[in-house]
Amino acid sequence: MPVEKDSRKAPIDAPKNIGDDLRVIGVPRRRVDARAKVTGQTRFADDIFLPRMAYCKLLRSPHPHARIKAIDTSRAAAHPGVYLVLTGKDVPIQYGILPVSQDEQALCFDRVRHVGDPVAAVIAREELTAFEALDLIGVDYEILATISDPEEALATPEPRIHEYGEEGNIHKFVALEFGNVEDGFAQADEIFEDTFFFQGNTHLPIEQHASVAIKDPDGKLTIWSSTQTPHYLHRALAKVLEMPAAHIRVIATPNGGGFGGKSDPFHHEIVVAKAALMLDRPIKICLTREEVFYCHRGRHPVLMKFKTGVKKDGAITGMHLQTLIDGGAYGSYGVASTFYAGALQTTTYHIPRYRYQGCRTFTNKPPCGPKRGHGTPQPRFGQEVQLDKIAEKLKIDPAELRLRIVESSNAVTANFFRLGTVNLSECIRRLVKVSGWNEKFRKLPQGRGVGLACSAYLTGAGLPIYWNKMPHSGVQLKFDRSGGVSVFCGATEIGQGSDDVLAAIVAEVLGIDPFDIRLFTGDTDLGPVDLGSYSSRVTLMAGNAALQAAERGKSIIADAVAEKLEVPKERLRFADRRVFDSAAPEKGLTFQEAVCLAEARFGTIGTVGSYTPPKSPALYKGGGVGPSPTYSYSAAVVEVEVNPVTGWVIVPRIWIAHDIGRALNPTLARGQVEGSVYMGLGEALMEEQEFRRLPKKLSHALVHKFPSILEYKSPTSLDMPEIITELIEGPDPRGPFGAKEVGQGPLLPIMPAVANAVYDAVGVRIDEIPVTAEKIMKALAEKKAGRDPRYGPTHFPEVHWPEALRIPPPWEGGDGNAVNDVPRREKRHREKEKVLAP
Amino acid sequence: MTTLPIECQKTAKIRFTLNGEETDVSFVPYKTLLEVLREDLGHTGTKHGCELGECGACAVLLDGKPVLSCLVLGLECGGKQVLTVEGMGEDGKLHPLQDAFADLGAAQCGYCTPAILVTAKALLDQNPHPTRDQIRESISGNLCRCTGYLQIFEAVEAAMLKIADQKSSTT
Amino acid sequence: MMRLPLFEFRAPRTLEEAAHILDGERANAMPLAGGTDLLPNMKRRQQVPRTLISLRHIESLNRVVWRPSGSQLGACLTLSDIAVDPRFRNGLTALAQAASLVATPQIRNMATLGGNICLDTRCNYYDQSYEWRKSINFCLKKDGTTCWVAPGSAKCMAVSSTDTGPALMALGARVRLVSRTDEREVLLSDLYNNDGIDYIKRRPDEILSEVLLDSLHGWKSTYWKLRRRGSFDFPVLSVAAAARLSKENVVEDARIVIGSAACRPLAAIEAAKSMLGRPLNQQAIKEAAALAARIAKPLDNTDFDMTWRKRVTAEFVTYALRELRGDDVRAERESFTRYSFE
Repeated sequence: MPVEKDSRKAPIDAPKNIGDDLRVIGVPRRRVDARAKVTGQTRFADDIFLPRMAYCKLLRSPHPHARIKAIDTSRAAAHPGVYLVLTGKDVPIQYGILPVSQDEQALCFDRVRHVGDPVAAVIAREELTAFEALDLIGVDYEILATISDPEEALATPEPRIHEYGEEGNIHKFVALEFGNVEDGFAQADEIFEDTFFFQGNTHLPIEQHASVAIKDPDGKLTIWSSTQTPHYLHRALAKVLEMPAAHIRVIATPNGGGFGGKSDPFHHEIVVAKAALMLDRPIKICLTREEVFYCHRGRHPVLMKFKTGVKKDGAITGMHLQTLIDGGAYGSYGVASTFYAGALQTTTYHIPRYRYQGCRTFTNKPPCGPKRGHGTPQPRFGQEVQLDKIAEKLKIDPAELRLRIVESSNAVTANFFRLGTVNLSECIRRLVKVSGWNEKFRKLPQGRGVGLACSAYLTGAGLPIYWNKMPHSGVQLKFDRSGGVSVFCGATEIGQGSDDVLAAIVAEVLGIDPFDIRLFTGDTDLGPVDLGSYSSRVTLMAGNAALQAAERGKSIIADAVAEKLEVPKERLRFADRRVFDSAAPEKGLTFQEAVCLAEARFGTIGTVGSYTPPKSPALYKGGGVGPSPTYSYSAAVVEVEVNPVTGWVIVPRIWIAHDIGRALNPTLARGQVEGSVYMGLGEALMEEQEFRRLPKKLSHALVHKFPSILEYKSPTSLDMPEIITELIEGPDPRGPFGAKEVGQGPLLPIMPAVANAVYDAVGVRIDEIPVTAEKIMKALAEKKAGRDPRYGPTHFPEVHWPEALRIPPPWEGGDGNAVNDVPRREKRHREKEKVLAP
Repeated sequence: MTTLPIECQKTAKIRFTLNGEETDVSFVPYKTLLEVLREDLGHTGTKHGCELGECGACAVLLDGKPVLSCLVLGLECGGKQVLTVEGMGEDGKLHPLQDAFADLGAAQCGYCTPAILVTAKALLDQNPHPTRDQIRESISGNLCRCTGYLQIFEAVEAAMLKIADQKSSTT
Repeated sequence: MMRLPLFEFRAPRTLEEAAHILDGERANAMPLAGGTDLLPNMKRRQQVPRTLISLRHIESLNRVVWRPSGSQLGACLTLSDIAVDPRFRNGLTALAQAASLVATPQIRNMATLGGNICLDTRCNYYDQSYEWRKSINFCLKKDGTTCWVAPGSAKCMAVSSTDTGPALMALGARVRLVSRTDEREVLLSDLYNNDGIDYIKRRPDEILSEVLLDSLHGWKSTYWKLRRRGSFDFPVLSVAAAARLSKENVVEDARIVIGSAACRPLAAIEAAKSMLGRPLNQQAIKEAAALAARIAKPLDNTDFDMTWRKRVTAEFVTYALRELRGDDVRAERESFTRYSFE
C-alpha cells in the first residue's frame, strides 16, 4: 500500500524511517553541494579564468535562409587584439546529437538556416574587441526563400532547408498503428474530435551557455562546458576535430539550469576547442542571453488532432492522434521528439487501439529539441483537455473518469511499453481529498474554477542516443584507508541533485555519512560513462549503478570483517560509520578499520557498478523512443480566478500529487516538484518562443520576437501561487530504493489543468497554450455571441501520411514487431555501420 | 561604431570597501561593477544571466542596498561599500541565510542563489520580521528557474527566526 | 557577456559644471543618473555616447524640499526613496505608487525620478541588440528608414513607457530644466511630445534638475499599471488619476492621464471634464472611462495584443476612478500587482 507523505511537514532532523531502517535515504537533508552553492563557490563554466585566456565571439547570420557566397575575414583578422578568425572551412565536419541527423556544422559552411546561425568566430584578447571585430567580417549572402511555419513547409518543398529527410521540407514522418483504430471507433458510444495547439517555448536557464577549452600541459584537449551531456559532446568533438576521443577530456561544469537546453553538442563548444588547439591558449566563450535563444533546442510548437472513441462509462475504445511539429532549422533531438509526441498517451489510461501519425518539418527558425518533458507535454495537454470535454459530455466527474480508466501496474501498453508501478489512482484520490475537489468542481462562483489533469513520464530513456550494447551508466568506487569513499560517475549535476543522489545511495549502503564521500562527476576522464542528465534517467540509472558498486564494495569489506570477527557475513550490519554484528552490536569495527582490514586482506579495494535498462518489448521501428525502466505519474488540481470582463487570469493555488516511488531526499524531491509546477505554470500562462515575419514586400526577415529574459516571460516570485505537494510513495523495485523520477513529471499536468480550470471558471475552452487574457476575452466574446465558446485552432492541414507500420497490440497476439516492415535484421546491420564511424 | 585601439585605453583605479576590507583595483574604464568583481578581483560568486538588468542574478549590496552590478559602472564605486555573497559569513561561519538556504532546498542549481542571498540579507538587516508578502516582494527582481521560489521564502523565514533567536540569546 | 562600449567619464560636483560639460559635448554626451535605462541601451548599441556625465555626485539633485505651498523633488532621488517616503500620500499617492511599481526592487534602488521621467520610448523593434536590429535592417528610430510597427508611418511609433510621467502629469507637475545658458520651468504635460523619436522637448544641452509640485491638499490620486507579471515588466497600459472631491463626492477638479497608449502619456481632457461638477457615481465613472479609452491608441510595439489592450482600457480606468471615490479596490489592484501596496 503506497504511503502518502506530505514532505512539507518533514522536519530537518527527522528520525530514520521506522521499519525501513534507513539512515540517509528518505531523510530531508542538506544536499551535498549546497554549501558550495550558498557561498558562491560552485565553479560554473564562466567562473573559470586561466592565464592568457582569450575570448571568443560568434558572428551569426542576420538572414533566416541564405547561401553563403563568400566570407572576407581579412579586416577582422588584422584588427588589433584579434588572435584568430575561423569560418566553416576550419571546422567543416558535420555533427548532431542523433546519428540520423548529423546536419549541423560548428560554423555554417555554405548555408545559413535561421537568424542566429553561426557563420564565423573571432578570438581576441578582450571580449569587447572580439565583438567589435565581428562587424569587420564581410559575408556575401544570397537570400533564399524563408519558410516560417510547418504549413508553409508542407506547401514549399523547394528550396529544401536540408538535403535530407522524407521529402521537401518534411524532416520526419511517423506512422504507427496498434490495432485497428476504426474498429475501436465503431465500438464507441461517443466519438470526440478536437484540435489543439501548443506554442513553442524555451528553457531559459539563468546561466547562459559557457565553455572554456585548453590544450592541457600534456597537449591533450580539455574543455569545461555547461553541458548536460558530456559523453555526447565528447563523441561530437572527436568526430569534428578528427581526434581520438581518448585525447579529449570533457568536464561538465555544474549547470546553472539545463532543462534540456544544454543537451546538444553546440557550435560554440566545438569552436573554442578548435581555437584552443590552434592557439595553444585557453579560449572562453560565454553566450549572451540572445544567443541562448538562438541555441534554443526548446519545446516544439505542435498542432494536434485527437480523435477518441469512448464507451458511456468512459472506457476508451480507440484513439487516433495526428501531430504537425515545427522543428526549426536543424534535426537536434527532433526525430526522437516526433516519436515522443505519440508515445506516452497509452501509459496513463488504457487504450486498446491506437494510431499515431506525426510529421516534423524544418523551418527557418532556431532548432527545437528536448525541453523538460521532451515532446510529451504537448499531446498531454490535448489528451487531458479532451478528457475533460469527454467527462462533461458523459456526465462523469473528471477525477472519477480517470480513476475508471487508469492503467495497471506492470501492464504492457498497446505500443508495447512495459510499465512499472502505477500509483496514479492514489495520486488522484489524494488530490480530490486535499483540494476539496468535490466541493469546488462546477460549484464555485462565476469567475472561479478548478481543473484537474494527470500525466506520466519516463524514468530514463530505455535506449541510448546512439545504438550500442553498453551500460547507460557506470559508477566506480574507491575505498580509501581514511574511511572516505570516492565516487566516480559521468552523471552531470544540473541542479536536479544528481550528486546528492549518488552520495546518498552510497552512504546508505555502506553505513557512512554523505559528508565522508567525495564525488567526481561529469568528467569524461575520471568517471565511467553516464549518458547524461536528460529524460530523468540519473536517479534510476546512475543510482542503480551506484547501488551495485556499493553493494559489491560492502560485500568485499564484509568478507574481511566476517573472517576477522568470526561472525557470519549475513549478520554484519553497516551503519553509523561502523561494521558490526547485528546480534551483538558492540562487536564491530569502525568503517575505516574495516576498509583497512579488507585492503590488507584483498589488496586495493575498488568496485564498479553499471546499469543497462531491461530490453523493451517494443521491437518495431520507432519502438526505441518511449520505453523506460518505469514511469512516474502526476496529478494536479489548479485553482484559477478569471475576470470575465478582461479575461485576466490569476492562479492562487495548485495541488500536485506525484507518484515518486520513493523520495530519496524529500527536501530535494519537493524542490523538483515545485520547480516543475512553476515551469508548467510559466508555460501555461506566459512562456512563448514566438517569431515575427516582417511584411514580405518590405523584408525577408523572420526574427525571434523578443530574445531577451525581459520579454520572454517567466514567473517572478510575485507570480507564484501557493503549491501543496503530496508525494505518493509506493516503492518501485526497478529504482534504487524504489525511487522513480521527479524532475519532469510534475510539470506535465499543469498546462491542461489550467485550461480545464478556466473552463470551470468562465465556461470557455482555450484549446491552446499559453492560456492568456487575450484568448480568454476572445472566447468570452464568442460565448456571448452564441457561438462556440472556444479559442483554438480550427483545422488540421492535409498531410500525405505514409502507410503506417502495423503492430498488433499484445492482446491481439502481437509480439512487438510490425507485421508490414522490412526485415529488422537487415535494417539493424545497416544502422550499425552508420554509427560505428566516429 | 568608433573604436579606440587598446593601447589608448586608460586604466581606471578605485579604492572601495569590498566585503568589509579596503580594496584597490585597476580595470579598463568601461567595465561594470559585475565585471570588475568577477574579472579583476576574482570574486566570481556574483553571477550574470543577461547583463541588461532583466534577471537579477548580478545583485550585490552597494552601501547596504541591493543593486544590479551589471548596471553599475566600476568607476562609480570609489569610496563605496560593496557586499557580495563571499562576504556574507562572519567569524568563519555561514550567515543564517546561507545555512537556511542550504538546509531547506532553496538552492538547486545555485546560480541565482548569491543574488537572492544578498538581497534577502538587506531585507532582514532593514526589517527583521518581514511578512511572507514582504519577502516575496523583496526578491521580486530575482528570477529563479529551478525552485518555484517557495523553498526560498521558507528559508528566509527560517533565517529570520534564527537571527531573532541569536539576538535574544546574546542580549 | 554583453559589454559596454568605450566612453569618457566625467563626474561633475555641481549642476553648473555638469551643464557646462554638456554644452561643450552636446549630442556626443549623455547625462547618467541611475543608468538602468541608459546602460542596457548602450550594451545593445542603441545609444553610444562618447561621454557619460554622471549626475550622482551633485548634492542639489538629491534634495527634497517640502513647503506648505508644494514640494521640490531633486531629479536624482531614487524611485525607492520616493516609494518608501511616507510623505508621498493622499494627493501624492499616485507618484508613490508609480515609483513603487517600476521594474524591480534592485532597479528602484538605482533608478532616478528624472531618469524615469525622461525614459526612452520603447518598441519591440528597437529594444533589441545591435545584431537583431541589423537583421531587420534597423528601424526609423535608430539607423533605419522604416517604422516596422506601422510601415506606412512617417513618424516613429515607439511607446511611452514611463510610470512616473503619467502620475506626475496627473498631479500637475512642472519640471525645471537647466543649461549653461538658461533655466526654464515647464509643465510636464508640455514637455512630452507624441513622437517616438522626439518624445521629450528637452534640448541636448539641458539637464532636468527638479520636479515641482504644488500643494495637492484635498486631492486624492492613484496610479494603476497593467503588465503581464508582478515585476520587471514595463507598462502596457497605465492610468493616473487625481481628483478633488467635495464632501458629497462631487468632483471639483480632476485629471486623468493614460500611459503607454501612445508615444507620450496622454491627458484625457474630455474624460476629466465630463466628471466636473458631478457626483462620482457609476454613470459618471462609466462615461469618463469610455472617453478616456477613446484616446488610447495602443500599437504592436509592446507585450500583449494591441486590440486587447485597447479593449480593457475603459475597465482599467474604472478601477482608478472607483478608488478615488473611496471604493475598496484592493482585490482588483492585487490581481495586477500581486502584492499589497501599504
